[in-house]
Amino acid sequence: MKQGNIKVALVGNPNAGKSTLFNALTGLRQKTGNFPGVTVEKKSGTFRIAGVNGHDEAHVTLVDLPGTYSIYPKSKDETVVMDILANPKHPDFPDVVVIVADASNLQRNLLLFTEISDLGIPSVLALNMLDVAGSMNLTVNAVQLAMQLHVPVVRINARTGEGIKGLKEAVKQTVERTEKPVLQYFYEPKGNEIGLINEVKAIHHLDNDYVALQYVCQHDNFSFLEQPVRARLDALIEKYGFDENNFLANETVARYEKIKPIVSKAVKSEGVIEQPYWTRKLDSILLHRVWGYVTFAIVLLIVFQAIFAWASYPMDMIDVGTAGAIEWVKGALPPGVLNDLLTDGIMAGIGGIIIFIPQIAILFALVAVLEESGYMARVMVIMDKLMRRFGLNGRSVVPLISGVACAVPAIMTTRSISSRYERLLTILVTPLMSCSARLPIYTILIALVVPETKVLGLFNMQGIVLFGLYLLGLLGALGSAWLLSLFIPRKEPSYFMLEMPSYKLPRWGHVGFSMYESVKSFVLEAGKVIMAISIILWVLASYGPGESMNVAEQQVVATMTTAPQEQIDAAVASARLESSYAGQFGRFIEPVIKPLGYDWKIGIALLASFAAREVFVGTMATIYSISGDTEDVLTVKQRLTQEKNPETGTAMFSSAVCYSLLMFYVFAMMCMSTIAVVYRETHGWKWPLIQLAYMMALAYGSAFAVYQLLS
Amino acid sequence: MNLNKERMSARTVSHLKKGEKGIIKSFSDRAMSLKLLEMGCLPGCEVRLDAIAPFGDPICINVGGHYSLSLRLNEAAVIELE
Ligand SMILES: Nc1nc2c(ncn2[C@@H]2O[C@H](COP(=O)(O)OP(=O)(O)OP(=O)(O)O)[C@@H](O)[C@H]2O)c(=O)[nH]1
Ligand SMILES: [Mg+2]
Repeated sequence: MKQGNIKVALVGNPNAGKSTLFNALTGLRQKTGNFPGVTVEKKSGTFRIAGVNGHDEAHVTLVDLPGTYSIYPKSKDETVVMDILANPKHPDFPDVVVIVADASNLQRNLLLFTEISDLGIPSVLALNMLDVAGSMNLTVNAVQLAMQLHVPVVRINARTGEGIKGLKEAVKQTVERTEKPVLQYFYEPKGNEIGLINEVKAIHHLDNDYVALQYVCQHDNFSFLEQPVRARLDALIEKYGFDENNFLANETVARYEKIKPIVSKAVKSEGVIEQPYWTRKLDSILLHRVWGYVTFAIVLLIVFQAIFAWASYPMDMIDVGTAGAIEWVKGALPPGVLNDLLTDGIMAGIGGIIIFIPQIAILFALVAVLEESGYMARVMVIMDKLMRRFGLNGRSVVPLISGVACAVPAIMTTRSISSRYERLLTILVTPLMSCSARLPIYTILIALVVPETKVLGLFNMQGIVLFGLYLLGLLGALGSAWLLSLFIPRKEPSYFMLEMPSYKLPRWGHVGFSMYESVKSFVLEAGKVIMAISIILWVLASYGPGESMNVAEQQVVATMTTAPQEQIDAAVASARLESSYAGQFGRFIEPVIKPLGYDWKIGIALLASFAAREVFVGTMATIYSISGDTEDVLTVKQRLTQEKNPETGTAMFSSAVCYSLLMFYVFAMMCMSTIAVVYRETHGWKWPLIQLAYMMALAYGSAFAVYQLLS
Repeated sequence: MNLNKERMSARTVSHLKKGEKGIIKSFSDRAMSLKLLEMGCLPGCEVRLDAIAPFGDPICINVGGHYSLSLRLNEAAVIELE
């Protein structure tokens, strides 16, 4: 056994508490949630165990894996488990597997345990969710289990950290065990399986029957096997007339036959086994044919009320704060180009982002509560039939809802959708959900054109428009899914089959932390991009090709000799910007965006926000501060209100232009990270390009229609 | 043929009323049966219909008292009862 450095993998049924245990052991904050399929890729962390093999301490590399019901994967995320466990050369191949079992449903959880045990990897069984088992009148005898399964069995509570010490001790003892125990297979091969196994073992130099069987059944999923090797295995299957489906069913049934007597000895129930009381009570309301939808609508309403109304108080405070900070810096530093770049460019851009911290924090916290409580799984159930109409799956609800926070992690969660077709459709439409980066754009444009009146004395008009935009994004997503489903052929059947977890009280510390994390990464990521783009934009807007900017200035001065100095200055600034590099880019695309009501200045902001939409507001601030007078400190909103359309002399940001911009940003794919993640998840450029094209067409078309209607 | 006829008339989980119980006898679909077995729906196991989603589909069944499983009607129709 290796010394000083141990590798441990966490394996278990979905929602058994693996990631919670991972966090408890490593101190990291891997995402957890109370529904099956939260973890969709492997994640590593480290911890230490004292006194292993005479060393002072051992470093343990811990790998958290997606949950599976068996070692036969049913969806994309699950393939990684066997890809590691069947390949001893894999860098993550574990010295010890910790199998996390949900003690409230032990029989089913042991199926996976017997499979892993047959693979011959040393294992430790961690009994989790004992509190839930207790509330179902079940008592589990760990000693009895250990004796029958021939492995260490440890009672833990991943949430409270109970039993972690004992688990480390069990891992340590398993590592230190020098002699290899004789493997007692839970499943004994029969009939033609034996000959097949022996031949595969000889060819691949394997010493384990069950691993050999996995080569037979799963070679197409194993990334470590080359194509000719797979073909040879297929030939062997042919030769022995091995019927995979039949084998799988028989194997599973045979395993349960072994498991049943073990469980009936180790698990005692007092009275009738029933799901926890509150889970039954809540389900009778939340899954009710009428109340199910009513409660879901109320939940959504609360979310919007929170994002818009509750967040407005801290937002106002931040707004005042940043304006004050900018003013102070402007006064404290000597005036000049650098001062302008710092204050009007970078600080205004970043101010445009941090003002949204309250909204984003509330949004992420509420999504975390939905996920942690177990309600998310119920939403999947009540939405499944509706989703199916559009070619999606009830499980698509998770990416769609988390897409409201950010499309990038949302698209990754689609890995737990077993049908490739439904997964693809979900990936293609998820970016249409209004993500948190659109919130700044929505808020500022709404503030420009929608009055702050109350409707029916209760709802804020601005809030209603915001709600409408989110609804539009959702309808766009569903409609596009339906349209795309007409063109993409469906190859495999669709499944729903979802385990309903028992309800759990969210851990408030966890919710608070996920709020903090998301805000931090939002501010840092967005901050970096804004900083970079502000600087580039500043340079591009301050310099032009050759003498073009000076020529433009002289022309203005020559034609405006009689005008007051102030007007001349403004006109000069505007003309200089127009002939700068940035201005020429804007001019270049102006013909394309003119029908949407945008001028070349908006064109610059549009181009700049192509990589990331959160840049839009900051870019507008930069552009209008360069072209406007630079004397007073104005908020972005004030600058936009003052901007005049040079042709008509009326306000540039009329309601037609603002609504057109809103339409554009609801639908447009303006996010490099999303394109990158779609590329990664679909293994090629085909789908990200199709997605980019259809979303842009949708954005352009609807912005055009709205502008033409309103102007 | 014979087998088919029997299948047509077999009572399945999709026929259960709310609160009604049944005992799993067999499955009529290969691919689906494997998934169900892995999720602990074994022949001889008692199931109970607990909830029906709005519009009648999917449904939630309780499996052996241990946990709640949600499935679509066409998936439930695969589980034949005694
Ligand atoms: N009551 C109780 N809840 C627990 C326990 N351990 C974990 N949980 C909760 O169970 C839920 C699922 O935990 P996760 O750690 O996300 O489960 P997982 O096994 O990683 O799930 P997947 O990644 O979907 O496979 C979370 O809401 C946890 O807070 C426990 O011992 N008792
Ligand atoms: Mg997990």
